Amino acid sequence: MVETQLLVVGGGPAGLAAASAAASLGIEVLLADEGLKLGGQLVKQTHKFFGSREHHAGVRGIDIPNLLLENQDKVNIMSNTTIIGCYEDGVLTAVTGEDQYFKIKPQRVVFATGASEKFLSFPGNDLPGVYGAGAVQTLMNQYGVVPGKRVLMIGAGNIGIIVSYQLLQAGIHVAAVVEAAPNIGAYLVHASKLARAGVPILTRHTIVEAKGTDSVQSAVIAQLDEKWQVIPGTEKELEVDVVCLAVGLSPVLDLLSQIGCRRKYIPELGGDVPFRDKQLKTSIDWIYVAGDTAGVEEASAAMVEGRLAGAAAAAQLGADSTEAGKIIASCQASLDSLRRGPVGAKIRAGIAKLEGGCCKCLNHQA
Amino acid sequence: MLKSSGIAQKSDWEAKLPDVNRRKSGPYVVIECYQKIPCNPCEGACPNKAVTIGEDINTIPCVEYGRCNGCGICISRCPGLAIFVVDEGFCPGFGKILIPWEYLPLPTKGSVVAGVGRDGKELCPAEVVEVRIAKNQDRTAVIGLKVPLDFVNQVRGIKLGGEENGR
Amino acid sequence: MSRISEHPILKFEDKPVINFTFEGRKLEGRQGDTIASALHANGIMVLSHSRRNKRPRGFFCAIGKCSSCLMTVNGKANVRTCVEPLVEGMEILRQPATGGELKW
Ligand SMILES: Cc1cc2nc3c(=O)[nH]c(=O)nc-3n(C[C@H](O)[C@H](O)[C@H](O)COP(=O)(O)OP(=O)(O)OC[C@H]3O[C@@H](n4cnc5c(N)ncnc54)[C@H](O)[C@@H]3O)c2cc1C
Ligand code: SF4
Ligand code: SF4
Ligand code: FES
Repeated sequence: MVETQLLVVGGGPAGLAAASAAASLGIEVLLADEGLKLGGQLVKQTHKFFGSREHHAGVRGIDIPNLLLENQDKVNIMSNTTIIGCYEDGVLTAVTGEDQYFKIKPQRVVFATGASEKFLSFPGNDLPGVYGAGAVQTLMNQYGVVPGKRVLMIGAGNIGIIVSYQLLQAGIHVAAVVEAAPNIGAYLVHASKLARAGVPILTRHTIVEAKGTDSVQSAVIAQLDEKWQVIPGTEKELEVDVVCLAVGLSPVLDLLSQIGCRRKYIPELGGDVPFRDKQLKTSIDWIYVAGDTAGVEEASAAMVEGRLAGAAAAAQLGADSTEAGKIIASCQASLDSLRRGPVGAKIRAGIAKLEGGCCKCLNHQA
Repeated sequence: MLKSSGIAQKSDWEAKLPDVNRRKSGPYVVIECYQKIPCNPCEGACPNKAVTIGEDINTIPCVEYGRCNGCGICISRCPGLAIFVVDEGFCPGFGKILIPWEYLPLPTKGSVVAGVGRDGKELCPAEVVEVRIAKNQDRTAVIGLKVPLDFVNQVRGIKLGGEENGR
Repeated sequence: MSRISEHPILKFEDKPVINFTFEGRKLEGRQGDTIASALHANGIMVLSHSRRNKRPRGFFCAIGKCSSCLMTVNGKANVRTCVEPLVEGMEILRQPATGGELKW
């Protein structure tokens, strides 16, 4: 049994920030991440990040983990290690590689396990060549393998638009981006980048079918009416060998569900999200959440939430309460500032629903 | 239209240009960032403090054209690749524009490429008069293009050349 | 299919070759590949077939979460090929979706 004061699950921006904040307050920290390389989503992002300069905006995603790791010498890091169970007696089970199983008994845990991709149903969606946007990024940016020759992107949120741009950079043709909503969800500066490269962004369009025998050979798209129904006669068949799905993310809650953290369905935050207080503590006293797990947002917010959760857990573990209090207050202020604008409206609404709703009706555990 | 296609319309981008006098008096920056998003690298990038976002990180960047000398340093710092520099007095009948570029191949100085508009459609030939790719640009090249004066605020990209991977 | 030869942001150096077999065919991967990335680079997208309707299955998530890429590797069934590193001499086979000899 491995014992530690704080266990951080996940080494993306949120987990790295949580570990570093707690360690700087003198807490003994163990960070476990299932990947071979720390950084979470960042290791696939070749573009310069949006956000605030304090949180490394303007730096390419792939280069941010190194900046976050600078102060991590005090953190005990276990990569290639997946946390697979979380139990009421405070024990977590883990596996390194494929078969080295062990237990961890921490006093506090921060879950920063990120988000997973949503799926879309349409005929042919099980064909090889229908990939999640994350898979396309992994294949092309981590392994240097061309995912296909011609790609149809589904979804014009930030991920769909950014991955399309990354495809162009890798020299791969993007036939079109289709989006069911009337407007582009991505930041418009990103969309404009794609538009001037000649890639059509077709809002109010959807995929009707992916065709092919052994793998995707073409895809049928069509226009939608005001009621989100396909307008007959507008179908068009595009010759593509990859259909890339970028239709949203939802928080990874498997372990939090196992231990029985209260959760609530809040579409603004990506679906089912764990209930948490202003210091990111869940309904279970020794468990905190941060980053996309706490509600799908973006990297700047994930880093701030990580710091906040790390400091709050440290305070509970007896770290200097004035120092921890300072970090907590400054993080709460910077979250407010990041979420102040119109794109933050959705997040604000989601959090309001979550905080306002701590009542019996959402106590799934009863 | 911008919101549904990603293509800025004339009324959108015209509002981002300085007044006529300033346009004639030397190179100026055009920041085609139309939406309140939490982002501010442009503000810190300008050595002349010509760009302001301020306290609220969601504010749209505001340019003080009197401070901008058109140096183009800010271009490679913007993660949205939304910043351009326009010089309407480059040589008689022609202007020069600086655009960000993150694709291969990198065009070579002296070559003539196709200048494209905000919708990716070809507009006019553009001569590559400058290629900047300094270390501090972190792999975002800045390309200087000589284009007919009428097109200085229309051309915002160049046609992708070269082989596509996976062919 | 193929590999990305040049990229404006990333560097993909020529990495040492790793030899392996797929359904008895001799193929080459590169150091740093997972089994699935090496197969994909060789144009192999169908990794298995579904149990009932025998529909082709490729990978989907590429991070070990969805089970769409399970194959038999060196005689061991149900290996998540999208996260399992490619090793010299590996013998890789397609398998029925469940990997076992289940009779339904
Ligand atoms: C294409 C794309 C572009 C983006 N662009 C931007 C941008 O420009 N600016 C911006 O601010 N944000 C951007 N984002 C969003 C940003 O990447 C995420 O919001 C951020 O990475 C969330 O951080 P996180 O630490 O919560 O989760 P993640 O980065 O997802 O990290 C979670 C980590 O947890 C690990 N993990 C999960 N489960 C377990 C387990 N059971 N055991 C051990 N480890 C586990 C995972 O391996 C992973 O490393 C982008 C995202 C995508 C997909
Ligand atoms: S062009 Fe130069 S002076 Fe003008 S805003 Fe950009 S960095 Fe500042
Ligand atoms: S850096 Fe670019 S995208 Fe960000 S606010 Fe400035 S101009 Fe807009
Ligand atoms: S592709 Fe999803 S587990 Fe391998």
